[in-house]
Amino acid sequence: MKKAAKIISLNPEQYTNYSSKDLSKVNKPPDQISRVMSDYLVAVAEHQDQEAFAEIFNYYAPSVRLYLLRNGVDASKVDDIIQETFAAVWAKSSQYDCNRATASTWIFTIARNKRIDAFRRENRPEFNPNDPTFQPSFFESGEQAMTVQERAVTIRDALTQLSPEQREILQFSLFEGQSYTTIAIRLGIPLGTVKSRARLAIGKLRLALGGQGEDL
Amino acid sequence: MSIQHHIHGDLLLAYCAATLDEGASILVATHLALCSDCRSDAEIVETLGGIFLENATTNQKQEKSDQKIFASIIKSHQSTASASSKSSLDSFVFPEPLRSYIGGDPDELDWQPVGGGIRQFLIKTHDSQTTARLLMIPAGKRVPDHGHQGFEATLVLSGSFYDRDSWYRRGDVSIADSTVIHHPAAGPEEDCICLAVTDAKLKFRSPLPRLFQKFHGI
Ligand SMILES: [Zn+2]
Repeated sequence: MKKAAKIISLNPEQYTNYSSKDLSKVNKPPDQISRVMSDYLVAVAEHQDQEAFAEIFNYYAPSVRLYLLRNGVDASKVDDIIQETFAAVWAKSSQYDCNRATASTWIFTIARNKRIDAFRRENRPEFNPNDPTFQPSFFESGEQAMTVQERAVTIRDALTQLSPEQREILQFSLFEGQSYTTIAIRLGIPLGTVKSRARLAIGKLRLALGGQGEDL
Repeated sequence: MSIQHHIHGDLLLAYCAATLDEGASILVATHLALCSDCRSDAEIVETLGGIFLENATTNQKQEKSDQKIFASIIKSHQSTASASSKSSLDSFVFPEPLRSYIGGDPDELDWQPVGGGIRQFLIKTHDSQTTARLLMIPAGKRVPDHGHQGFEATLVLSGSFYDRDSWYRRGDVSIADSTVIHHPAAGPEEDCICLAVTDAKLKFRSPLPRLFQKFHGI
């Protein structure tokens, strides 16, 4: 089994061109892995399945590590945050709804929130779906035309259709936690350009899912 | 009424990436609470985050410390959730102040059999008038017919029971006084644990439980 163990460059192309990746760990394309991981997560929730949890941990821990390092988390703190993240994945597994999110999406949000808890001085307020003022969507009963897995595949495909300039903004922001100002300095372009690329990129993803391409 | 003016993509991305400052985040979060269209967009962005994670896995190898991290998660999970993995009982069966009186989770207690598969745990109090005990009634099991000299109040803590045409579940209280002769049955889904407080001895009508009464102080 060959392992792609080289140090990762900053080239965002690498993250999106998945077809050339070594998937020796699981030997499946990403959308299938995503489905398998969702099943594992449900098994953890329903049966406290330790083997399923081990599969999830083995698959995601390395990328959560990379995510934290890219976000500038001190190397000495990374193990702690990984531990907190996956302890929460297990502890909260019963809250995971496979009709609402892929396992990857759900684990991403947990890792993000653990990172914020540990390092962000400001709060990041979130809406509360149980609040009486919360406006539920027509679709939020899980009646969407596409399943979450299908939506994820569509988003994955749409991502490869973006220009490299748009894609790198998404990568720098979402996976590396950089503010638009930092990105502008890093790329040597105006702040407004960073924002408009972000806006265009999100619009194209929305369009791919059948929504409006333009911000309203 | 659908919302006409929405959060722009760049703001939404920054919010989901947690790079947006707190004030603007309050605004975005409040809009999201009211606008399902933008929540759907936020889901797109978070899905993207998941895709970035997936894409990163293939470039990463396991670190030595991952094994240690995994082991300590398993260890701490087992110690916090041992009750729920052994049975369907969780560690929050006993709310305060009851928990302090009992000093343990259901599976740590020294339960005494009282017949018919039913077990009890007497709770020590300084009260000589009433007796407080936990009863563990196996799933689907009937409590033998009994009446009361005084009253009996039963609070369900786990599982359920059926008595006199009603279901009682966690938090429900059933009151029976001296006029009531009943034989409640635990629900079939799991063992029922309840807190029973009586101000006098229970009177069982069938002989076997009466024998147990003698030995077990019911
Ligand atoms: Zn909106």
